[in-house]
Amino acid sequence: MANMNLYSRSDKLFVYINMVLIALFTLSTLYPFIYIAAVSFSDGSAASAGIVVYRPIAATLSAYDYILSEPLFWTSYVNTFIYTFGGTFISLLIIVPGAYALSRPQLIGRRFFNLFVAFTMWFNAGLIPFFLNMRDLNLMDSYWGLIIAFACNAFNIILLRNFFEAIPQSFEEAARMDGANEFQVLWKVFIPLSKPAIATIILFCMVARWNGFFWAMIVLKDEQKIPLQVYLRQVIATLKDDEEFGLQVMNFSYSAETVTAAIMVCSIIPVLIFYPFIQKYFNKGIMLGGVKE
Amino acid sequence: MSNQKANSNGRLLRLYDHFKREWQIYILLLPMIIWFAVFLYKPMYGLQIAFKDYSIFRGIAASPWIGFEHFQTLFGSDQFMRALRNTFMISMLSLCFGFPMPIILALMFNEITNQIFKRTAQTVVYLPHFISTVIIAGIVITAFSPTAGIVNTFLGWLGIEPIYFLIKPEWFRPIFIGSGIWQEAGFSSIVFLAAIAGVNPSLYESAVVDGASRWQMMWKITLPSILPTIIIMLIIRIGNLLEVGFELIIVLYQPSTYETADVINTYIYRQGVQGAQYDLAAAAGLFNAVIAFVLVMTANTISKRYSRTSLW
Repeated sequence: MANMNLYSRSDKLFVYINMVLIALFTLSTLYPFIYIAAVSFSDGSAASAGIVVYRPIAATLSAYDYILSEPLFWTSYVNTFIYTFGGTFISLLIIVPGAYALSRPQLIGRRFFNLFVAFTMWFNAGLIPFFLNMRDLNLMDSYWGLIIAFACNAFNIILLRNFFEAIPQSFEEAARMDGANEFQVLWKVFIPLSKPAIATIILFCMVARWNGFFWAMIVLKDEQKIPLQVYLRQVIATLKDDEEFGLQVMNFSYSAETVTAAIMVCSIIPVLIFYPFIQKYFNKGIMLGGVKE
Repeated sequence: MSNQKANSNGRLLRLYDHFKREWQIYILLLPMIIWFAVFLYKPMYGLQIAFKDYSIFRGIAASPWIGFEHFQTLFGSDQFMRALRNTFMISMLSLCFGFPMPIILALMFNEITNQIFKRTAQTVVYLPHFISTVIIAGIVITAFSPTAGIVNTFLGWLGIEPIYFLIKPEWFRPIFIGSGIWQEAGFSSIVFLAAIAGVNPSLYESAVVDGASRWQMMWKITLPSILPTIIIMLIIRIGNLLEVGFELIIVLYQPSTYETADVINTYIYRQGVQGAQYDLAAAAGLFNAVIAFVLVMTANTISKRYSRTSLW
């Protein structure tokens, strides 16, 4: 607002206090990232002594040297990319056509199928039956198992279905006149018109895949298949018994803390790179899905 | 009689025509339906092991029924009752402390007049939402470490002896809830900011004419205008009361903090996945799911009555 000078003195005070508080909150949100980055570039003994506050102490790249020469780090990093992109692709293959079918008025049993999907948001069998089911399906310890078993959820389908339903019929009529079939209508009319909704779903799927660790930890036994987050968790578990780990690496210029911090930095960097691109979508996306009349 | 037959023949014929014309829709529908059947409905069939003496070798169907025995075991078990109490405690505490934060943040963001400052601040506070649970845990463990952690360094400056936060049961909940607020408060404010954006600007204009201060406008116009959104979000939260972020707990807790940290889902994980007591853990899961179902349904009914808006 340009008419700042029209405010009364108490208004100005209010605006300034508010800005200071927001700035403090923003800084305290940012600080853990700065702290972790500083630890990752610090000398191991400085990090273990707790003297790193906001900038690296006795700056060194040795923690990065250590993890970047660790084959399992690279394997798990590549795996995470496979799970993220492969998983999101499979999710779209199921979600987009399914949501389209659910949005078609001529679908017989439309109410039933919608309920079939939505019911899973209100009730699910829980961890153990899901786990046993995966074992019965022979999906344990496989790339495919992890990708396919978490490909879908009701929320994303309903979000996209609502978006499809809101597209006016006039858009598809021209295509129908030209004799387009359902596949063509979906591909040439609905998908191009739904870019924000589909982008939102891609965002949700990718974030869930990139960050997911719980099921990957349970399902995967073979170290060669684990994603980065599971690898990081293993390293953190050793950090938790830091006495033991600390003794092991005391003589080096890196420590358990700096190594863990370096892995965390490497895991956050891709998120930071994608972040500006996804930012414009999540405002929309959150509103799309939440509430439906 | 023959009339009826002709009628049903006609219906069959119409159905045949329908599928002949519209089969493509059903092809598009099929993968999703199969996925839901295999990955979400088949486990519901498997839930029967909650009432069975399940053994892997006999399988789900052939294991003998034992009625409510597992539920009796659960309710007689100190560990399960503790997990139940902890779930509600952690949930209620994060509701009390976590729920108002995004509302306050949204109101504050709305009062910022400098757009560049506002956008920068928003960009930063939304970010933690996209960070993995494991990294959150890693940050917490590093920052709260007794020797290497920054928190104890700060305390040291104040002359306070180092505290080993992560093995102290009394510190688990504040740390867990605090990190939850750090991660989600910013991102959750988006919903409220959207609601604020929808407030009729003429309300503010007439208030300015009447000489209202910004503080008064925030309290008398903005807050009441977004009250419906606040109530709906509150109802959703109460509906999901049992959903505690147990993934973070699994990485953060340890036997010495089970007392305050162990929730139903971590209990299920330990008993079921780690301890292979599948039937007992499935019973705990079923109990959890039934309560969650009742909560969600109640929340939806209330929301419908309140706003004529169903949550899905």
